[in-house]
Amino acid sequence: MVVLLLLGIACKEKPAGEASAPSGGALIGAALSLTGAAAVYGAQQRAGIQAAAEEIAQGGGPKLQVLIEDDGSTKEQGITVFQKFINRDKVSAILGPTLSNTASAADPLAQQAQVPVLGISNTAATGITDIGNYIWRDSLTEAQVIPGAFKKAREKLGFKTAGVLYGNDDVFTKAGYDVMRKTLADQGIKVLDTQTFAKPDRDFHAQLTALIGVKPDVVVVSALADNAAAIVSQARQLGWSGPILGGNGFNSPAFIKNAGAAAEGVMVGTSWNSLSQEPANQKFLEAMKKRGVNPDQFSAQAFTGVQILAEAIKRAGGKTGREEIEKGLGLVKDLDTPLGKFSFTPSRDAQHDPSVQQVKDGKFQIVQ
Amino acid sequence: MGQQALNGVFVGSIYALFAVGYTLVFGVLDILNLAHQAVFMLAAFAALLLVADAHLPLWAAMPLAVLFAGLLGILLERLAFRPLRGRADSNISGLISSLAMGTVFEAIALQIFGPDTSRFPHGTFPDRLIRIGGASASLLQLCIIAISVVLMALLTLLLARTRLGRQIRAVAESPRAARILGVNVDRVIAAAFFISSSLGGAAGVLFALAFNSISPDVGRSVELKGLAVIILGGMGSIPGAVIAGFALGLIEVFTVAGFGSSYRDAVSFAVLFVVLLARPRGLLGQAAAREA
Repeated sequence: MVVLLLLGIACKEKPAGEASAPSGGALIGAALSLTGAAAVYGAQQRAGIQAAAEEIAQGGGPKLQVLIEDDGSTKEQGITVFQKFINRDKVSAILGPTLSNTASAADPLAQQAQVPVLGISNTAATGITDIGNYIWRDSLTEAQVIPGAFKKAREKLGFKTAGVLYGNDDVFTKAGYDVMRKTLADQGIKVLDTQTFAKPDRDFHAQLTALIGVKPDVVVVSALADNAAAIVSQARQLGWSGPILGGNGFNSPAFIKNAGAAAEGVMVGTSWNSLSQEPANQKFLEAMKKRGVNPDQFSAQAFTGVQILAEAIKRAGGKTGREEIEKGLGLVKDLDTPLGKFSFTPSRDAQHDPSVQQVKDGKFQIVQ
Repeated sequence: MGQQALNGVFVGSIYALFAVGYTLVFGVLDILNLAHQAVFMLAAFAALLLVADAHLPLWAAMPLAVLFAGLLGILLERLAFRPLRGRADSNISGLISSLAMGTVFEAIALQIFGPDTSRFPHGTFPDRLIRIGGASASLLQLCIIAISVVLMALLTLLLARTRLGRQIRAVAESPRAARILGVNVDRVIAAAFFISSSLGGAAGVLFALAFNSISPDVGRSVELKGLAVIILGGMGSIPGAVIAGFALGLIEVFTVAGFGSSYRDAVSFAVLFVVLLARPRGLLGQAAAREA
């Protein structure tokens, strides 16, 4: 408990609330996981948001002032950050929070206060946008990405049986598992064994040994990047040389960095096609290169989130009130973004085409 | 089956090594040193610094990190335990002050290394797979088991055969009687802390190497396990801690494989509960004989 408190203090000491765009214009709050289990994503999202805000300001778009706060990858701190944004900073809209787990707890506060929230990485199929009409997201759900990814992977690898490992104490990894189970059943792939783990776990030998023991054609994993790297390394250590299919949590350069050579060949569905030649994507890649950040799906989605808010303000006639932005979000259609042509579904979820990528020579490469 | 047993022995060896140091201090002082897990963590970070920043080879970094942990133990004893010794309720106040020191150590690590997971650079330990029957283990895992067993054997020898060992046992029996017989009690206690923390530090370095993941809260994951192990083995009993450490590792692995990860701690602590019902002093506990 004491340690938690200290952790809280330590986090506060970091530059809380970095403003990126020039003052004036719409005040946007961004709740990102800059520390904790999802810190690898939060750092990417911060880079994407700052790059987009700068880009839009230079391009003569609406002025956006972005306040970035750390949600610590936890529900508790996420709620605190949301309360600060809504009541103290009086922001016009909120980006984030990073994890679906946190969103399921913090978003209802915004819904109640009628502050529009745009999730930029929440992929749990249920429990996010169905919180209410003020909750939007630009991230495809696992249910939109995984079926396509598995189909493509099966064409390439031709597997018939699978062993499944997932984190059962986190909304995101559990939701990913639910989609995986359904997808495997739909595609007629037999699940030989299913194992679970918890977020703080470091040792996965027992689960992996059990999975490898039933000799599946493929191992399917739903985990956050930190756990994912450990799982993949330990699976290779236990002699598993077969293919590994990952959930959205694998979509991070940090996963490859931490897993090293063990990551080679791992396949994962993604909502961002890094090879897209569309001008919107090229512009994003250039902006990230200028900042010296290795772009990934999370920074692309964060970048897109700021673009969408700017577009919503534009569609609302340049007004930056909460109600106007909420109306403007409903008018966003076929917006050119790094993710492709972007629209919302009637249920305020994202709509665009997903891709599949595979780790090759220490890098994610799009599978054509 | 063979692979799972190997997995269990592997985790168990780290638990046992951690718990042996824990229980040594308890045997001598009748005080739980709740900063033991923080020493475990700091030793892991020390090894990381020596390998990643000072570019020392692992075989040189590990003994240095263990030595560092031992010195931390002496520091801990001077700051958290010695000033309170001889007071009326030094057991409870020592417990609290060690908890405070543990928290301070964690906060220091948090300031220096940040809350994120740190890792040893790739290739710190050669990646080699070895097949034993139907099971496969990495060279690292086998080395970890071997180092743990050797360290525990050395400790047993030290306690049974050396002058210092005899003194430690004498102080454990009765500090007053030991003092009358001319034993320098303060020095013996400091030595016990040095040994205890060195073993805890060694466990920390091995744990960090095994799972290649170090964060300021890494000790928390073994703290409770260590406590369970020393209670299961009998408070203060070194062989008890060794047996219980391996037992807990095996129970955990087979529970995860058989029932799922959600039941791991439930089953481990249910076993602890049942053992305590049957043998209130733990498997090899003998505290009652020492009351006089």
